[in-house]
Amino acid sequence: MFYREAGQFKTSYAADQQLFPIRQDRIAMLALLVLAVAVVPLIASNYVLTAILLPFLVFALAALGLNILTGYAGQLSLGTAAFMAVGAVAAYNFQLRIPGMPVLGSFVLGGLTAALVGIGFGLPSLRIKGFYLAVATLAAQFFIPWLLVKVSWFSNNSSSGVISAQPVVILGFAFDSPVRKYLLVLAIVALMALAAKNLVRSSIGRAWMAVRDMDVAAEVIGIRIMRTKLIAFAVSSFYCGVAGALYASVYLGSVEADGFNLDLSFRILFMVIIGGVGSILGSFLGAAFITLMPIALDRLLPWAAELLNLNLPAGVTSMVQLVVFGALIILFLIVEPHGLARLWQIGKEKLRLWPFPY
Amino acid sequence: MTKHWKRSLAVVLAAIMGALVAIPATAQQAGTQFVGITGYRVGPYGANGAALFGGFIDYLNLVNERDGGVNGIKLTWEECETEYVVAKGLECYERLKTRSPTGPTAIHPMSTGITYGLVDKIPVDKIPLITWGYGRTDATDGRVFPWLFPILANYWDGATAIVKFIGEKEGGVEKLKGKKIVLLYHDSAYGKEPHPVLEAEAKKLGFELKLIPVPHPGNEQQSQWLQIRQYQPNWVILWGWGVMTATALQTAQKTGFPRDKMVGNWWAGSEIDTIAAGPAATGYYSASLNLGGKGYPVVKDIDDIVYKKMNKGSKADLIGTVLWNRGVAAAMLTVEAVRTAQAKYGKKPMTGEQVRWGIENLDVNAGRLKALGFNTMLPPVKLSCEDHGGSGLVRFQQWTGTEWRATTDWMSGDRQMVRKMVEESAARYAAEKNIKPGCLPG
Amino acid sequence: MQFFFEVLIGGLLAGVMYSLVALGFVLIYKASGVFNFAQGAMVFFAALTFVGLQEKTGLPFWIVLALTLAVMILLGVLTERIVLRPLVNQPQITLFMATIGLSFLLEGLSQLIWGSDVRRLDLGLQDEPIQVVMDRFGILISKFDLAAAAVAGVLVGVLAVFFNKTRIGRALRAVADDHQAALAVGIPLQQIWSIVWSVAGFVALVAGLLWGARNGVQFALTFVALKALPVLILGGFESILGAIVGGLIIGAAEKLAEVYLGPLVGGGIEGWFAYMLALLFLLVRPEGLFGEKRIDRV
Repeated sequence: MFYREAGQFKTSYAADQQLFPIRQDRIAMLALLVLAVAVVPLIASNYVLTAILLPFLVFALAALGLNILTGYAGQLSLGTAAFMAVGAVAAYNFQLRIPGMPVLGSFVLGGLTAALVGIGFGLPSLRIKGFYLAVATLAAQFFIPWLLVKVSWFSNNSSSGVISAQPVVILGFAFDSPVRKYLLVLAIVALMALAAKNLVRSSIGRAWMAVRDMDVAAEVIGIRIMRTKLIAFAVSSFYCGVAGALYASVYLGSVEADGFNLDLSFRILFMVIIGGVGSILGSFLGAAFITLMPIALDRLLPWAAELLNLNLPAGVTSMVQLVVFGALIILFLIVEPHGLARLWQIGKEKLRLWPFPY
Repeated sequence: MTKHWKRSLAVVLAAIMGALVAIPATAQQAGTQFVGITGYRVGPYGANGAALFGGFIDYLNLVNERDGGVNGIKLTWEECETEYVVAKGLECYERLKTRSPTGPTAIHPMSTGITYGLVDKIPVDKIPLITWGYGRTDATDGRVFPWLFPILANYWDGATAIVKFIGEKEGGVEKLKGKKIVLLYHDSAYGKEPHPVLEAEAKKLGFELKLIPVPHPGNEQQSQWLQIRQYQPNWVILWGWGVMTATALQTAQKTGFPRDKMVGNWWAGSEIDTIAAGPAATGYYSASLNLGGKGYPVVKDIDDIVYKKMNKGSKADLIGTVLWNRGVAAAMLTVEAVRTAQAKYGKKPMTGEQVRWGIENLDVNAGRLKALGFNTMLPPVKLSCEDHGGSGLVRFQQWTGTEWRATTDWMSGDRQMVRKMVEESAARYAAEKNIKPGCLPG
Repeated sequence: MQFFFEVLIGGLLAGVMYSLVALGFVLIYKASGVFNFAQGAMVFFAALTFVGLQEKTGLPFWIVLALTLAVMILLGVLTERIVLRPLVNQPQITLFMATIGLSFLLEGLSQLIWGSDVRRLDLGLQDEPIQVVMDRFGILISKFDLAAAAVAGVLVGVLAVFFNKTRIGRALRAVADDHQAALAVGIPLQQIWSIVWSVAGFVALVAGLLWGARNGVQFALTFVALKALPVLILGGFESILGAIVGGLIIGAAEKLAEVYLGPLVGGGIEGWFAYMLALLFLLVRPEGLFGEKRIDRV
């Protein structure tokens, strides 16, 4: 009853083609943005901002990048973290080596560098598919961090290979407090998410989906496979690169190529799968889920143990967490293989009728 | 069926969200000294973490039960699982920071990566970081890094001490001229830390140094050891961590390299490493910051009080292992820092700033060690603003096949050279970050 | 030259160890199209269960081995029942993610039961050079590796007999060739999957024992899976022979590269070299060495 598009007439193509064609969606989106920009900074504690919201936004961006590649263009990649590493290290070096380089510019350049590298590692996708490709992207995952660590020029010859990132200052305004960092990341992520939403319904987005669904058929109808796939790799890596730059310089505050390991790639893949393959919203939901779940388990388990009067040694809680995490993932895939985004959609459909379903 | 499942999924989701909102972060009792612990017990280094943090917590329990806290101020603590991952470590840090009005006392990340991630945050939050035998080497210069305490010995102390030890085995440091030494290291920030100082030593003493990296995790070292076999070094220095050490020992045996020509650093010298390697480890030397063994009054107290009486011990078979003892000693130094701070600021829970002063003015001499029941488990520790490292002493131990036995007394390497390099490196950092070196007021 | 052969032989023998792990992947992929990332965790789980049982019960080797095998078979059956069956007909990537979830679960579970201590596994075989060869040719060959290679050889032989000569084996091959057709002629698909997962559990057990005896039984055992993946791309996901040959090639190439190429670029290239090699190889032969060629039709 509250969520119905009936009665909303589109009288022009522009109106029909807008990003959120349903009025309720527009209102909800706007409300969400207002909430995120105006309300959250007021009520959220520093802990929530720095330890939950910041990584959530950054990971959402990376998941978005991977979702473009895997969800829309159908190319499975296990090398996300490597492209993030490229973005992070490139952004650091652009800032370090080009005097007067604006921070945002370095993020963009970092993303572009990642895009170039992404194209390079996307080349095999022209020949190979599926798991062969997935394992091939592992080559990027292992090679790139190695290279970044090995060539000490990348880390400004620091003996340990770990460098502290430069402070983020834009137009003389220092983004140093949790609230400021949060707002900066929020702005970047929101902009890039909107751009992605637009991109996937453009001709290139449709070409991606055609290639994903059946590449031979796509070729027959005149889509240039090579170009389409490489663009997917480039755009995806760009997103991942920017996410990596944000991750290193805004969230962690230090750049360490070793930190961008396979585990991180898997985490981001989890976000995409659990959030919903081929869904922008899903990337956000998945990122929220994977970021929040360990923290929630961390709280839930000791609390439950106390309730049941169990004296759990610290080691046991960590193990139980691992088990529960694994089990939840399996449960999730079984119950809702299309991810949280699908649950959301079901919810929306219910809302059309609710509370009078008959 | 599916519907039922969908509902259960919704319940799970709701429970997770509910947990975040509803379960309050366990509030710490007012008037206690809260210790935030960023530990790791899962993942490839989980076994190491279990021993370290097990000992740490066992000692805190002992202080509460036996002494009624520090001067009557009870200790409380919370452990947060970092999995040795930088991002998780940061989350834990942020979480522990908010748990108590006085902050988390002092953080022991036990991970070089997490230490680097926190370096810029701690001066802002005013939380001291104790990095015992790891982390930033140049932080020994406390004038540039007031909040960072690489207590006891840093990696450069360790590396020079190992060179000295090898020299003694060869019959004098001057005999090292023309000898060949291989550094087999974990290819990470940790493994690269000793390079500059070893290269300087090689130049000074005239030995040939070959650096051979082992990629993470290091469970396959055939090619590295064949290279070593071809190079035929006199000694191999092992800068290993986790599975890499055991594999190195096994592969050394496989390629016929004598184990008593191998010296590990202190992270490559615990029971965890040698037991996994089995008989292949017999004869292997390692530097150590502290001794293992159960023959210390404090270990007996923990066994009697925490394990037998309170039944709250972490794990009985860890007692007396090298890493467990290290955890106990790390907890002791933290507690002593609080005690030192209390002497100046009064008997109440200490804030991060006060604890920092306490660590900086820490003076645990031989008499104090004896009174605390540690005897010779670790060397005396005395810190100052200029020197956040302390003694720089290490002791060498050899694996007999069943236990680690100390073979030397406490000794230090080329402290002058290390100090000079530390100051240079710290000065570079200060220039880069626009820090004006100086001591913080108490 | 001597040194070259030493590296080559060492590499080939190390490759056998990779093949052992890769075999488990191939078995499952062949029969059910699942890329089972939990294979590494299964190796760890098997080794830890074996050592744990040995420690707790003190029973002789063979009995503990049989017990562990029983546990692995139970695990295989449960996995089929709980994880795979509800996920039938889902896209491959979903199944792949489920196996990652499974690997978390197994890692946590095994350490929950047996603790996270590092343990030694003694097969009564020291990892030492064979003295005779050493004296005669000056080439170093490890006793242990040779024995491991022999075990791998026997294992492949047993699997070959199992696949070719037994009823179940033939059914397995039928399922691998065409699920639909296999179902149509009355082969119980789910039962077959249980069996395949059990056999993979058995292979994991063998790999776990050998790897565990080499490096100690500890969490890092799960990483051996990463060594097996390039073997898979090189050899082809569906070929047992490919896993063996791929393992040998990867092992030898990796060691030779680390020894001869490594020093030129700063070393430590083993972590990625195998992947790069496999990648380059794929560009020439996209279906791997012995993989099945697929022809797409519109």
